[in-house]
Amino acid sequence: MNQVPVIELQGICTSFRGFAVHQDLSLQVHAGQIVGLLGGSGSGKTTLLREILGLHRPDAGLVRLFGVDLNDPDVELQRQLRRRLGMLFQHGALFSALSVFDNIAFPLRELHCLDEDWIRRLVHLKLAMVGLGNGHGKLMPAELSGGMVKRVALARALALEPELLLLDEPTAGLDPDRSQNFVELIGDLQRELGLTVVMVTHDLNTLAGLASHVAVLADHRILAFGTRDEIMTVDHPFVTGFFGADRRKLL
Amino acid sequence: MSDIPRLRVESGTVVLSGPWTLAEMLPMLDLLRSGLEAVPASVRHWDLSAVSRLDSAAAVLLWRSWQGAWPASLAIGPLHRQVIARVAELPQEMPPPPVAFVHLPEFLGRQVLKALANLRGLITLFGQLLLDCAYLARYPGQIPWREFSANVYKAGALALPVTALVGFLIGVTISYLSALQLKTFGADVFIVNILGISIIRELGPVLVAVLVAGRSGSAMTAQIGVMRVTEEIDALSTMGISRSIRVVLPKIFGLTVAMPLLVLWTSSVALLGGMLAALLQLDLSLVYFLENLPRAVPVANLLIGLGKGVVFGFVIAVVACHFGLHVRPNTESLSANTTSAVVTAITTVILVDAVFAIFTRHVGVPQL
Ligand SMILES: Nc1ncnc2c1ncn2[C@@H]1O[C@H](COP(=O)(O)OP(=O)(O)O)[C@@H](O)[C@H]1O
Ligand SMILES: [Mg+2]
Repeated sequence: MNQVPVIELQGICTSFRGFAVHQDLSLQVHAGQIVGLLGGSGSGKTTLLREILGLHRPDAGLVRLFGVDLNDPDVELQRQLRRRLGMLFQHGALFSALSVFDNIAFPLRELHCLDEDWIRRLVHLKLAMVGLGNGHGKLMPAELSGGMVKRVALARALALEPELLLLDEPTAGLDPDRSQNFVELIGDLQRELGLTVVMVTHDLNTLAGLASHVAVLADHRILAFGTRDEIMTVDHPFVTGFFGADRRKLL
Repeated sequence: MSDIPRLRVESGTVVLSGPWTLAEMLPMLDLLRSGLEAVPASVRHWDLSAVSRLDSAAAVLLWRSWQGAWPASLAIGPLHRQVIARVAELPQEMPPPPVAFVHLPEFLGRQVLKALANLRGLITLFGQLLLDCAYLARYPGQIPWREFSANVYKAGALALPVTALVGFLIGVTISYLSALQLKTFGADVFIVNILGISIIRELGPVLVAVLVAGRSGSAMTAQIGVMRVTEEIDALSTMGISRSIRVVLPKIFGLTVAMPLLVLWTSSVALLGGMLAALLQLDLSLVYFLENLPRAVPVANLLIGLGKGVVFGFVIAVVACHFGLHVRPNTESLSANTTSAVVTAITTVILVDAVFAIFTRHVGVPQL
């Protein structure tokens, strides 16, 4: 591939209070890939996503998105870059003071370019996409169940039609039916828009149904990166432990 | 990135090409919009086969320019057709959500009801407090001493510097301004009476109350409020720990104990400031001032000041805890309740101060 990688991480080192989380971590994700990021609890997956988003600055190393260095001082460039990203936070991170409708409409309104009718249609569309009805738009985040929070957060992440979607444990807390819908939805979007997706997940079904590639985060670095089948053959305690008896299911 | 969304009309067909996505359309939105509007209604053939990406924002734009109906002929890839089909499924009309108009009587009525609800909440909290005290009297082992002392430290000890600074400056200012007046009448020595009575009886307690309401009252509301938002309060109750005994009670008693001490401290520092200003302005020696203070200011004034401190501290903490416990789980409510807590606390303090003034109008006034 001679294209610019969508995400390029080089030599990332991160530590919290002297406790190393990432050491010399490198990863390249190309356009159109759906990467499942695996790793034990506390291995630094969320931290890695935060670094890709520019919310946390690594101690050392280089983060490039769409070929743009996140340390680039050009503010306008950085703003445009952010609009090409969508992030689903682990706990939703919905704006608690805004209704569901306004949460999704918020990033669209912030563009100051779209009229209200357009925004309303887009919000209804996103709500329908994640399987929520019109009536849910009026609810406040505190009135939602955990799974609904996830779905609204996904709808908000999709509002700006991002090219790169980062998902932190998207199907945790969804029932199997919903998480199957979710897999189909992301798959459809990926085919229609050529999305690039990086998702943290512990759910083998999600991984099997969606991921084109798998990255394994262990021992403070990306231990292995490759297509699903390639990863299955990796001989490392974490990988064998994770897939364990379920190896069949993935294949 | 090199490609941009394009629109051409050639021989009765509208040809779209390039990436039709929100990000790509944004820089040239007006151009595209006017381009779509300029398409004559007679043209019913659309060719979208050269579109590389089509997202739902673009689909909504197209659907609206088609006036909500599929064009007579449409060349489009199956994936992109699906995107537009999703938009087509939406209802044609998107009525704006009804805007609630609030009429004046309704607004006033709501405010009154809200005030009554708050009053009820305060009374409930007070009742709960009495029940808790009765409970703790029976089970003294459960008295939350640590939380209590932590609150005395936070609301009292940590407030010493700021109350001292403000008190000192106020003392200097009042002394200076009074000295200017007194000098013209040659009544210099009355500075002791003016400073003594005003600071010890009135200014000290009220000043501290305002500072503490802003400092500790808001902190209490915010803390309890965030504990509600993050469901920490619920976690406490599931462990069988009474939230009122563990969270509310230590705050209220902590502040009730800390306030009179703060009043004493602030009044002393304010008097010191006043004395220094009097020394510089009127050449009134510190020794003279201190010697005359007990004569000019009967000790009842000190007791009134301290009594006010106790009551004000109690009022501020009760109001703060009440508003904290009624935070709804969102940030807007948290900020609104913190504001209400401080405003209500200060207003109530001044009201109570007026009541004090009425009932103690014959007490502690020096007979000359
Ligand atoms: N803001 C922070 N301050 C200190 N330590 C942190 C912080 N964020 C994460 N960590 C630590 O970094 C490690 C990785 O955390 P995280 O990325 O959230 O793990 P996970 O892979 O489960 O998402 C954990 O050990 C966590 O304690
Ligand atoms: Mg995590």
